[in-house]
Amino acid sequence: FFSTRSRTMSTFAAVQQAPVDAILGVTIAFQKCTAENKLNLGVGAYRDENGKPWVLPTVKAAEQDLFAQQEAGKINKEYLPIDGVPDFYNSAVKLMLGDDCTPLKEGRNCTVQCLSGTGGLRLGAAIMGRYMKGADIYIPSPTWGNHKAIFPQEGVTVKEYTYYDPATCGLNFDGMIKDLQAMPAKSVVLLHACAHNPTGVDPTEEQWKEIAKVIKEKQLFPMLDSAYQGFASGDFDKDAFACRHFAELGIEMMLIQSFAKNMGLYGERCGAFTVICADAETANRLKSQLKIIIRTTYSSPPGYGARICSTILNDPARLSAWKAEVKSMADRIIQMRKDLYDALKANGCPGTWEHVVNQIGMFTFTGMKPQQVSILTDKFNVFLTKDGRISMAGLNTAKCKYLADAMKAAITESPDA
Amino acid sequence: KYLADAMKDAILTVPSTKTSSPGSSLPDANGPASPLEGSLFADVAMAPPDAILGVTQAFRASTSPDKLNLGVGAYRSEEGTPWVLPTVKAAEAKLLEMQEAGKINKEYLPIDGIPEFYNAALKLMLGDNCTPVKEGRACSVQCLSGTGGLRLAAACIGAFQKGATIYVPNPTWGNHNNIFPKEGVPVQKYTYYKPETCGLDFEGMCADLNKMPSGSVVLLHACAHNPTGVDPTEEQWKEIAKIVKERGLVPLIDSAYQGFASGDFDKDAWACRYFAELGIELYLVQSFAKNMGLYGERTGLMTVICKDEDNANRLRSQIKPFIRTMYSSPPAHGARIAELILNDPEQLSAWKKEVKVMADRIIKMRKLLFQALKDNGCPGNWDHVVNQIGMFTFTGLNPEQVEILTKKYQIFLTKDGRISMAGLSESKCKYLADAMKDAILTVPSTKTSSPGSSLPDANGPASPLEGSLFADVA
Repeated sequence: FFSTRSRTMSTFAAVQQAPVDAILGVTIAFQKCTAENKLNLGVGAYRDENGKPWVLPTVKAAEQDLFAQQEAGKINKEYLPIDGVPDFYNSAVKLMLGDDCTPLKEGRNCTVQCLSGTGGLRLGAAIMGRYMKGADIYIPSPTWGNHKAIFPQEGVTVKEYTYYDPATCGLNFDGMIKDLQAMPAKSVVLLHACAHNPTGVDPTEEQWKEIAKVIKEKQLFPMLDSAYQGFASGDFDKDAFACRHFAELGIEMMLIQSFAKNMGLYGERCGAFTVICADAETANRLKSQLKIIIRTTYSSPPGYGARICSTILNDPARLSAWKAEVKSMADRIIQMRKDLYDALKANGCPGTWEHVVNQIGMFTFTGMKPQQVSILTDKFNVFLTKDGRISMAGLNTAKCKYLADAMKAAITESPDA
Repeated sequence: KYLADAMKDAILTVPSTKTSSPGSSLPDANGPASPLEGSLFADVAMAPPDAILGVTQAFRASTSPDKLNLGVGAYRSEEGTPWVLPTVKAAEAKLLEMQEAGKINKEYLPIDGIPEFYNAALKLMLGDNCTPVKEGRACSVQCLSGTGGLRLAAACIGAFQKGATIYVPNPTWGNHNNIFPKEGVPVQKYTYYKPETCGLDFEGMCADLNKMPSGSVVLLHACAHNPTGVDPTEEQWKEIAKIVKERGLVPLIDSAYQGFASGDFDKDAWACRYFAELGIELYLVQSFAKNMGLYGERTGLMTVICKDEDNANRLRSQIKPFIRTMYSSPPAHGARIAELILNDPEQLSAWKKEVKVMADRIIKMRKLLFQALKDNGCPGNWDHVVNQIGMFTFTGLNPEQVEILTKKYQIFLTKDGRISMAGLSESKCKYLADAMKDAILTVPSTKTSSPGSSLPDANGPASPLEGSLFADVA
């Protein structure tokens, strides 16, 4: 296969240029733009009223504390255990599932620290690839772009289930139930715990109960992806409803938690991955195998973000203060929804815009078409993904008006078919 | 109760099968079948326990005042404590200030990490006059320390060198054997260590290199070979490089100890710099776990040196999706610390001195142990104790001798006879030397040797965790 040609020709001669990542590409384009009025509504990172990133005060305080502890020789930079910091991941899963969670009390959970949401999803994919052979994963249509890319890396086939209804900018509940009922037993169903990305459309509590019922009846395996606990409604328990409901079903499931957004630990890659198993002994065996998977990928996880998180989660005063900070972020986003909605009504922008206030979380699926999006970007220096998704976190009141006017212009120039 | 406890232990140790399950999937006789009966994970086997963990566990359990942990693969001071480097602490203090001033935040890093980090790190290794770097032919990405870099290199090999095998030295760091197959890259061994001399089997190595098919990947330890501490001389490296180039092999150089091996960053970089000037393509993985003490922050980089700049750019665009589907983007903290140190001439100089302190202490332990073995007349040739390089010494003790060290003297080390010099202190060298002498006199080594000859293949029945990394994992 390799001939003497390889001595002069590059090993990598046939390597193609890969396309730029769609979401991160938006930020790259934004940074290149020199217009003063440019607006970045691409990547989902929180921004304050002034468009600045916000390092949470509780995070800063925890960092100071950790620094002092290191000075005092109480902590150091030694390797973490392969599965991470127990004080971190145990408190993380408790934050999500609550103190009365049956599988937690029974020790039926296998929880490990992981590299934020993506890292947790990859671990879930690896478990599927090894121990759930033949099971496909069903992801909602649409979903976060990276979902589709992760699972095939572990040999898992990705299929879609009905989710978003463009006609209503809401949930196609009947379509979703129908698709769930058609799935073969042991299929894995990926569900967004709250604040569905990119649509912002979540099932109601009643709808969640129905979804859970079908999943249990059909012997499907839920994988809950939680990137926004506390960030969606401002209430940690409310945002945990779906996860807690599923955890009490008495079925096996996976849960991925990210602290990128709700704790603003984006770049420190802080997350927890949990498999709820039939019994504690199985959870134990599964953990031993997860460790092997982790070892061959990165050996052990990074300490900094997990220690910050652990410091906060395990101190009642800090925990309370943090939850208030998250509420302030959630509240600001909810206010932006109102402001944008008001601005779109005020300027008479064609279309119905209730979904702007009905959708939940950081993103709004505007319903705008690619051509309209192009106009927004090229003419108005508004940067967003081609699917018409905007990050509310990138807005403030003044920018809402600018955006509403730009949207009206774009839609008027290139009306929906 | 005794019987019940014994039954529980037996069942937990050997999980029941589906067909006969005392208790595992037996439905509640009084109610509806539990949906949890028959876990999807019923057939998941318990992974083998880690060999190194056992060492640390045993060490911790020991109550002897004389106990000595020589399994540890992380630097320890003379007092036996971990050392967070002063330059690292200073960098962290500065980062906190910068964050307060709003100059930095916790936003996502780019997928390929911090350019100011990996560019400076590559320069540290390859120097300021490196041809491929100057020509823009080196594609570097930040990665999760050494393991993360090796995994990315494996992904590249699996994707762009389909069918290629990677050859690793015999023996090598245990995790090498496990990483590459995860990307579909088969692993084979090449001759490296010679037990009879506790040194390099150079002729054997060259013979094996000459047999490798063109396009094969050869894994080389940049310096301070782990676990043997045996490195080629500069002349031997030149010969190795000649064969590699002639046969169209692709080196993968794994560097975990730059500066840490000899105390001199340029000296420890010699092999990497030599290979970089050969005009061939290669992979280079650098870890800052040990030399910057950033173990738990997972700070490293992976570089591919390509034939031309265009190749390097295209390759970067393909490496990013590997990263994106594993963890999206790397952790910031460790890379920021390294970035500050590497880009500030004063801090860089101070850091290099700190590394020299660590390297010198280890070299001193080698000398003291060697002297103690001479002083007590311990049988055997102990030159390798001072000749081997880096954190570890492959003593040459066999498992039985090791057991005496552990059971009688509470000295904890791996069965392959490898000791971490970082775990020694001046006051303990005599104790260790005396214990070694006792062990060797009690259980003589086999005919072929001086201690070291009866060295079992350190790769053995593959423990996935052979290797110092997890010595202190509780």
